Amino acid sequence: MNPILRFCSSSIGRKWIVALTGLVLFGFVIGHLIGNLQIFLGSPEPINRYGAFLQGLGELLWAIRFFLLAMLVLHIVFTVKLRAESRAARPVNYAVTNRRATSPAARWMLLSGIMVFCFIVFHLLHFTAQVPAVNGLGQNFETLHDAQGRHDVYRMMVLGFSNPAASAFYVVAVALLALHLNHGIMSMFQTLGLNSGKVRPLWEKGGPAVAWLIFLGYASIPVAILTGIVK
Amino acid sequence: MNLNLKVWRQKDAKSDGRLVDIEARNIPEDCSFLEMLDIVNEDLLGKGEEPIAFDHDCREGICGTCSLTIDGVPHGPSETTTCQLYMRKFKDGDTIYVEPFRARPFPILRDLVVDRSAFDRIQQAGGFITARTGSAVDGNTLPIGKPIADAAMEAAACIGCGACVAACPNASAMLFVGAKVSHLALLPQGQAERTSRALKMVRTMDEEGFGNCSNYLECEAVCPAEIPASVISRLNREYAKASVKDTVS
Repeated sequence: MNPILRFCSSSIGRKWIVALTGLVLFGFVIGHLIGNLQIFLGSPEPINRYGAFLQGLGELLWAIRFFLLAMLVLHIVFTVKLRAESRAARPVNYAVTNRRATSPAARWMLLSGIMVFCFIVFHLLHFTAQVPAVNGLGQNFETLHDAQGRHDVYRMMVLGFSNPAASAFYVVAVALLALHLNHGIMSMFQTLGLNSGKVRPLWEKGGPAVAWLIFLGYASIPVAILTGIVK
Repeated sequence: MNLNLKVWRQKDAKSDGRLVDIEARNIPEDCSFLEMLDIVNEDLLGKGEEPIAFDHDCREGICGTCSLTIDGVPHGPSETTTCQLYMRKFKDGDTIYVEPFRARPFPILRDLVVDRSAFDRIQQAGGFITARTGSAVDGNTLPIGKPIADAAMEAAACIGCGACVAACPNASAMLFVGAKVSHLALLPQGQAERTSRALKMVRTMDEEGFGNCSNYLECEAVCPAEIPASVISRLNREYAKASVKDTVS
């Protein structure tokens, strides 16, 4: 069998694909957070300039978007395949189950993943495609421009999160994302073969710590807008 | 002490099984779990009933033959194997669920006896070194650093009991295969077949129908030989390296 095909159809090869695509998506989550936190820099200028920079990438922006979408699709497809095999491997369940080590984050991995996927769809409609029907305000974000004629990302975020329902939904969604990463970061290093007795505490304690930071970072934006810290 | 057992009874591999209530009477608390089953079987035989079939061999905690999932935990509340589990861990009047190790690659043969030959086939695929046998060479001719020797010995402690598969919600055998691959990948004797070993053992593991590791870490929590889950990480690394080597060479 072709060695690449053999790798992609093996249990461990598939786990590698899930881990590597997870790593790319994790990198995006970090980068996206840093970009968005520019809303706290005191004026609309930095984040609007950043938005204009991304839009100015033109075709490259679309290449990046398709690449990220491909990573997401591969992450999901290979997870579904792995899950299906694992289910088939335990056709009869125990009458009594007694989990000794599984963390809640690990147990809810599939559910948190599905919820995050649903959130991504909404988020893209909300702030990327800017479909007026989903923002709950009846406002067209595409009409927002700043003094230099750039798309007013700052105004869009403040307006978008002024809707408490949207803000609450975002906070719940990033909590689920953090829950996913809580187990995902440690899992990723384990699958990529980078775990050993020495570094294990780093992944097992550091993974959840990073997940918490990501939650606090993302949740701080709607919270700051709703409480009037950013306006 | 007296106990209420709920034991999985199954006539043979083809029949359906079910949990059956069986009373265990006058059990000394210093007897092992397997000796308790022996007493129960004596009672059953006395009443003209079929005794409970279960796996056992050395009864010293070293062979890995005894199995049983007791109250949802492979080998029960024992630090090691079921044969080393003593009844003083239970209280008089307790209800105890006794089930076989459950996994599709471990089919039930009768009652609590499962066929774990899938592990043998994984071992036969690559869990060995090809060397001319004869008189043993002097140990000092092949120096191995203490940290490497310790890590290899830690992995080599696996007794192949299958508790990792039984405990894993995915019925994954990666702790077992990780231990076998790690043990030989660390030592100089294992280098010649390092690449083919990882590829063949993983392929056989997949063909046998074991599930895939989700890093729940239930396996290491029940492992009687205390194999750490880091052997799975090493297996992942070994398999990826072997795949690359096999592709480009």
